[in-house]
Amino acid sequence: MSAAVMHPFVEALVAGGRTLPASTASWLNTRRAAALERANALSAPTPRDEEWRFTDLAPLNRLRVVPAAAGASVDVAPFTVSEAGVRLTFVDGVYVPALSSPGALAAGVTVGTLAETLKTKPALIEPHLALHAGFDQQLFTALNTAWLRDGAVVHLAKNAAPNVPLHLLYIATQKDSASCPRSLIVAESGAQGTVIEDYVASGDVADTAYFTNAVTEIVIAPNARLHHVRLQRESAQAVHIASCAVSLAKDASYVSQSIAFGARLSRYNLDVTHQGEGAEAVIDGLALISGQQCADTHTTMDHVRPNGRCTQLHKTIVGGSAHAVFNGKVLVRKDAQLTNSAQQSRNLLLSPNARVDTKPQLEIFADDVKCAHGATVGQLDADQLFYLKSRGIADTQARNLLTFAFGAEIVHRIPVKSLVARLERAVMTQTQAG
Amino acid sequence: MINSNARTLLDIRGLTATVAGVTILKGIDLTVRAGEVHAIMGPNGSGKSTLAKVLAGHPAYEVTGGTVLLEGKDLFALAAEDRARAGLFLGFQYPVEIPGVSNSSFLRLSYNTVQTGRGRDELDPLEFDDYVREKMKLLEMSPEFLDRSVNDGFSGGEKKRNEILQMAILEPRVSILDETDSGLDIDALRIVAGGVNKLLSADNACVLVTHYQRLLNYITPDYVHVMESGRIIKTGDKALALELESRGYDWLLDGGTSASAKAAA
Repeated sequence: MSAAVMHPFVEALVAGGRTLPASTASWLNTRRAAALERANALSAPTPRDEEWRFTDLAPLNRLRVVPAAAGASVDVAPFTVSEAGVRLTFVDGVYVPALSSPGALAAGVTVGTLAETLKTKPALIEPHLALHAGFDQQLFTALNTAWLRDGAVVHLAKNAAPNVPLHLLYIATQKDSASCPRSLIVAESGAQGTVIEDYVASGDVADTAYFTNAVTEIVIAPNARLHHVRLQRESAQAVHIASCAVSLAKDASYVSQSIAFGARLSRYNLDVTHQGEGAEAVIDGLALISGQQCADTHTTMDHVRPNGRCTQLHKTIVGGSAHAVFNGKVLVRKDAQLTNSAQQSRNLLLSPNARVDTKPQLEIFADDVKCAHGATVGQLDADQLFYLKSRGIADTQARNLLTFAFGAEIVHRIPVKSLVARLERAVMTQTQAG
Repeated sequence: MINSNARTLLDIRGLTATVAGVTILKGIDLTVRAGEVHAIMGPNGSGKSTLAKVLAGHPAYEVTGGTVLLEGKDLFALAAEDRARAGLFLGFQYPVEIPGVSNSSFLRLSYNTVQTGRGRDELDPLEFDDYVREKMKLLEMSPEFLDRSVNDGFSGGEKKRNEILQMAILEPRVSILDETDSGLDIDALRIVAGGVNKLLSADNACVLVTHYQRLLNYITPDYVHVMESGRIIKTGDKALALELESRGYDWLLDGGTSASAKAAA
């Protein structure tokens, strides 16, 4: 129906989706076909769309991408996380067993690829896959779902508790390629675990453009707890668009840190729905960008049932001519009485050309709730600066330390020590004025 | 300990200062010699804390007149960080929380910059760890405070102990402790005051800014000064603090008013 010209990236992915071999699971074929239809019908967002007001997709529209070919071999050593009990490695969206490390897992823990789980334990994924991340109006999720052929599956059975983090590593290696990484994480009742979702680039694409279009679905059953660490460390020219849909049952707990360092243009949509009563979410974000980068984070916290709690701290450190965008929507529906939600957006501008657009968005239909929000955009805290200087620390050094600390506050919440150390170094490198 | 032959560490003459255009300090004169403990008392809003912050170089305050010499050097020619290196220390009334900076790296950076500024050698992380742990014993602080962010989530008492720990590490010539006793329970007060006493010597000096005589039961002042409306209106010995405790400030303020009224007349 739409008269809009189809963008090359849409065309490439839709065409790729059409040529996919049918899955043996008919339900999956049905969901893929529905997504393909939507991908065909929807037009690419423009700044006239409220959800894309501040973020210009021009770097993506300029790309002439082709769906990624089977991944080449790549050195994963720089990306390994020593504490991780298992690592699934995908190169340009394709699982590479030789670069993965299965590890010995606790009882009730399944970590594998979508293709393999479809064969061995389809019942674990059929109730969830492509049912949480909506694609009716979301072009990028529709494209990812239409293109769905492989991905990562983490399933924690009832009361399962792997005591080591599980690492999902997505490496981009091909110039001008498009890949659609997909992850499904399910924690059954009483289970608890930590998952690291990690997007990186190999040296081959350090200065070239490519497109990552990722979708993650997370389902947390009653009394289960999931800690989700998301790292976006794409190359400086990449375009990274991602959605994560989280569904929380009664008394479920979701804690996440999303860190964005990379990409010329990145967009992360995090949608958390409190389907059950008394669920809790802690969502922290940090975007650390410079040069011409743009990092956009849109979060939606949808409180459907009563007694939900949510704490959100989103930070950005913006240098050069970079541009950070944050939109934090909190929706409290009529039945969601006694919801307690606190949202903070804190932004640090390191240069006169840096820009931040931050927008809290509260929609409250219940009458007995507590919803606090606040946003700050600015320079370093004058009291902190004076405190450090009163201890003999020179002005430049004090400023560097505080800039580092501003980012490190989020990094320190990550429960994986080696990752904290690595990210601390990255923050240090990017924030030192010299 | 008063020794009139001791050298002067801090010499304040005719100091006036403003904040946001309002004059807070209206002519302060104060001489602090090595080995001395001075207490500055006075009602709320008399300018005590302002004096402390002006000396340390807080950017919100503007010095409009007078001179201050720290061991003979012009204090106001020095940036805040250089004052610390020159031997001035401010114990904050409200120590600032810095999430994301570990206390240990902050303390070491501070120690090493101050040492370098004084022409001494730095300590590497291991050497510093030994050094700081020794100092922490003075204040009965658990080593776990090293791993936490600076003052972040510390109780009132923990923050004040952390201030005195910094004083212990930096070995200043002149320490100005701004309401170090506020918000402390009796055990914390005993520990903090005990730490300060161990750090005092014939070579350094301390200025205690306080509301209450309570602190002075633990740290005995050689001089007690009363500040009111940006001036020191009375100076005495520790007996003055006891008198203030029982009589309040009113008798001094009335006297001050009538004295200035007489002078005006």
